[in-house]
Amino acid sequence: MTRSTAIIAGFLFVALIAAIPAALFLHEPYLISLFGRLAILAVAGVGLNLVLGHSGLPAFGHAAFVGVGAYSVGITTLEGIPFLANGWAQFGLAIVLGALSATIIGALSLRTRGVAFLMITLAFGQMLFYGAVSLERYGGDDGTTLPTSSTLAGLSLERGSIALYALSLLVLLLATYAAWRVMRSPFGAVLRGAAVNERRMQAVGIQVFRFRLAAFALSGAICGLAGALLANHAAYVSPANLSWMRSVELAIVVLLGGAGTTFGPLFGAAAFVLLEEVLSGLTEHWRLIFGPLLLLVVLVAPGGIAGLLSGKRDG
Amino acid sequence: MECIVAPRGRGPDLKGLTMNLRVLAGLGVLVVLLGALAYTTFSGRNEGIRIGFVTTLSGGSAAIGADMRDAFELALDHMDRKMAGHPVTVLYEDDAQNPDVGLQKTERLVQRDGVQFVTGYIWSNVLLASYRAATDRGVFVVSANAGPSELAGKQCTPDFFSTSWQNDQTPMAMGEVLSRRGVKSLYVLAPNYAAGRNMVAGLKRTFRGQIVAEEYTQWPDQIDFAAELAKIRAAQPEAVWFFFPGNYGTQFFKQYAQAGLMGQIPLFSSFSIDHLNLPQIGELVAGSLLTQHWGPDLAYPVNRKFVDDFKQRFGRTPSFYAAQAYDSALLIRTALETTRGDVENHDALRNALARATFESVRGPFKLGGNHFPVQSFYLYDVVKSGNAYDMRQLEKVYTDHTDPYAVDCAMAR
Amino acid sequence: MGLLVEQVVNGLQFGVLLFLLSAGLTLVFGIMGLVNLAHGSLYMLGAYFAVWFAGMTNSFVLGLLLALAATAAVGVVTELVALRTLYRRNSLEQVLGTFGLVLLFDEAAKVVWGPAGLSLAPPEWLSGQVSVLGVPYPAYRLAVLAAGMLVAAGLYWLVSRTRAGMLLRAAASNRSMAEALGVNTRVLFSLVFALGAGLSALAGILAAPLLTVHVGMGEEVLLLAFVVVVIGGVGSIRGALFGAVGIGLLDTLGRAYLPGLLRGVFSTPVADAVGPALSSMLIYVTMAAVLLVRPEGLFPIQRRAEAGRVVSAP
Repeated sequence: MTRSTAIIAGFLFVALIAAIPAALFLHEPYLISLFGRLAILAVAGVGLNLVLGHSGLPAFGHAAFVGVGAYSVGITTLEGIPFLANGWAQFGLAIVLGALSATIIGALSLRTRGVAFLMITLAFGQMLFYGAVSLERYGGDDGTTLPTSSTLAGLSLERGSIALYALSLLVLLLATYAAWRVMRSPFGAVLRGAAVNERRMQAVGIQVFRFRLAAFALSGAICGLAGALLANHAAYVSPANLSWMRSVELAIVVLLGGAGTTFGPLFGAAAFVLLEEVLSGLTEHWRLIFGPLLLLVVLVAPGGIAGLLSGKRDG
Repeated sequence: MECIVAPRGRGPDLKGLTMNLRVLAGLGVLVVLLGALAYTTFSGRNEGIRIGFVTTLSGGSAAIGADMRDAFELALDHMDRKMAGHPVTVLYEDDAQNPDVGLQKTERLVQRDGVQFVTGYIWSNVLLASYRAATDRGVFVVSANAGPSELAGKQCTPDFFSTSWQNDQTPMAMGEVLSRRGVKSLYVLAPNYAAGRNMVAGLKRTFRGQIVAEEYTQWPDQIDFAAELAKIRAAQPEAVWFFFPGNYGTQFFKQYAQAGLMGQIPLFSSFSIDHLNLPQIGELVAGSLLTQHWGPDLAYPVNRKFVDDFKQRFGRTPSFYAAQAYDSALLIRTALETTRGDVENHDALRNALARATFESVRGPFKLGGNHFPVQSFYLYDVVKSGNAYDMRQLEKVYTDHTDPYAVDCAMAR
Repeated sequence: MGLLVEQVVNGLQFGVLLFLLSAGLTLVFGIMGLVNLAHGSLYMLGAYFAVWFAGMTNSFVLGLLLALAATAAVGVVTELVALRTLYRRNSLEQVLGTFGLVLLFDEAAKVVWGPAGLSLAPPEWLSGQVSVLGVPYPAYRLAVLAAGMLVAAGLYWLVSRTRAGMLLRAAASNRSMAEALGVNTRVLFSLVFALGAGLSALAGILAAPLLTVHVGMGEEVLLLAFVVVVIGGVGSIRGALFGAVGIGLLDTLGRAYLPGLLRGVFSTPVADAVGPALSSMLIYVTMAAVLLVRPEGLFPIQRRAEAGRVVSAP
């Protein structure tokens, strides 16, 4: 984190908060749903960034954890199990199951490196995707609409509500802070060190695998939480949440913003959502602009937006 | 291998810029983006009738979306772009065949653009994700294609209307035809997703012979059907029925024909041959039978005008997707004429939509209690006409058919 | 028994198609270290060009040759303009950059050729069936099988028996050493990329008569191609061949027999629900299992460590 990225992130966050009065007083509810998606994408980005950015592990199946979180909320809502159908339990379940599935997948995947790791995380993501497609009770490939939203501390997190939006912003703030604290701790130092040179870390007696697995679990938990928010944001869950194209999107968010930087996921999500919104308003063929733009970012600004702002590769 | 994702490349040297300049540049970009967003958000709302049209305009299914959009534009031109005397604005949005994007676009149309109607919708999952974003805010949804069983039955909802069909109906008509023709053994194939299973359920409602095998193929990525074709050949059924939408249908037909099965085992299908893929596969599927609720040869004046003008303007025959989109424009216009262009009185407009009767491309149009059309279904075959291939109506299978889920709909009772 | 033989032939034929698709990918991946998502776009472009040129020349073979050249040319231009810079980047940056290319190529194809699918008819003399052990089998599919084997043999010869192949292997196993010995890796890499693009286009062209040529067809097969490459061992032609045939057989036989087996174990509704999902998962389960046991794939190529590219997992 540098001063310049912090300043811009601050301004961006103020703009996100400003959507609330804009919605209330200027009757612009659309900003809430647009920025809501942005914030949730950024939360998932913070989760992925722990693994992909800070730990330097090319994970490519994180949409699955978002999906696990979303289905946790979806299934508990639809089944109406008494003690699970409240917001605390649902969000808790999404976090726990996100972490649990990440722990299992991580324990297997982290035995490999590099491209093998990339492909094996993709493989597990695809398995969960096809698993969701076969959930006929919950609409199979069609997915299912959720009749009610989660209720948290008496607040109903309805689709498009200020309460849900405010919660998403709060979660984004807390997740960003938590990730920053984690990466500044000795635990984070090990992860970053291992990203640069794993053997050296092993040589000084650190079991890198355990640290990475913990980071993977934490990352899955944050993505699960993002999934719980997403299920309420859309009032709908479907296997599309878990598809590999969503994993590509998440990776784009992290890399575009600046992998391994504190505010990278926020910048990436903002750039992704706002560019898509503005460009698709200009022309139906907006991908002709967006595609080369992605390529350009990689070619001239490998540190992403955070790198551009700070003038450093690692923002 | 651990270095594969460690930083290696270096960006161009930007150290000449001072920190403050960077912050200013970053802020500038942010302000431009937010400004562009604000500009598109706060501008462009004008008076009159506003209709949102959510369909697929990118990726492998873009042809369907383009066909629907062309038909809707043609309908508007036929109305001089006015409904009940008010000018009409239509905003087309691309859902990229993705439920999340469909929801986002629907919210944009409803909340930012202030539309009174949203129509289009090809895919069940996009519709299910999106419709409440409109109906919760008092905006009517008129689906021009997607017809999931939930919305026809238990989850039927007052502000949702369909100008297409419910998934079960067309295969039901096919099951009826097969039974009447005395087909004893049938091989059934469909992709493993909700619409595929709906279709098979529909067929089974009316087919009285024996189903030798019920095969579900991988969805969405299966491109090779050799294994299934070999099984069909080995099973030697009297006939094969299948449902594969869009490109998948084209691919299945090609491989079926190349395997030499076309002449041996008669092939019946639903929603797999349409006027989008006929130019590609017409020669292969000549003589193949299908059931449908519409064809370009239906001899209603509205249909003649629609088909002739569509051909003249776009140089191709419209598909059933296009026909449904054309009818969705007619349905909205009819309702608005009943309320004399009043869009403020929500209940009156809803009643006008539900009770609308008009001359459609399918003849007299009316909706059932669950807001799905009550309509006729026909048997078609593929024939050569001139240099091209077309569909020819053979018989009417059902007259004024109501879908089987309507009984579950509280509104319809 | 006849059916089993036929299903095995089906699996082989699908596997050979997968081999054509992944041979170019594994070369580019192995030699330049580029994770190229746009490989699927080249497959799509090959098919579109073939429809275009076959329509102009009224000949499938001429169309095929022209389309190969055109796609290779597009590949070389892309390599010079954009991809060359990506070789020394990390794999995720490559994913991001080449994903941008996928968006660009898909949208451009839609603008040029329109949204509707296009059709490429097989040559007249291959449109019938021939008898294989008494079962009529599509002649075109057999031709694809033969073409794939020829390409495999040709590539094997090129890589292991020619001077160009020797340079390739040298550059793949230790780039800086090869450069120090005077190999012009820039030119070599451009040529390899052109070869990869041509192979991908060939897969697209040969698949086109079985499929429909449409925007997005590249993404439908992209994951399969990567699965094959990684199972076989990145950079290994032999690995791609065995990986592709293995996946082709597994997928085809899985679709052919798995539902029946499940019905023997579970009740029919359960089997119908689980069967297709399980057969979809099958190749990913296989890949995960292979990678856990052999992270370098089944046929890893020999590599030497070099600066900045520490190879071989622990």
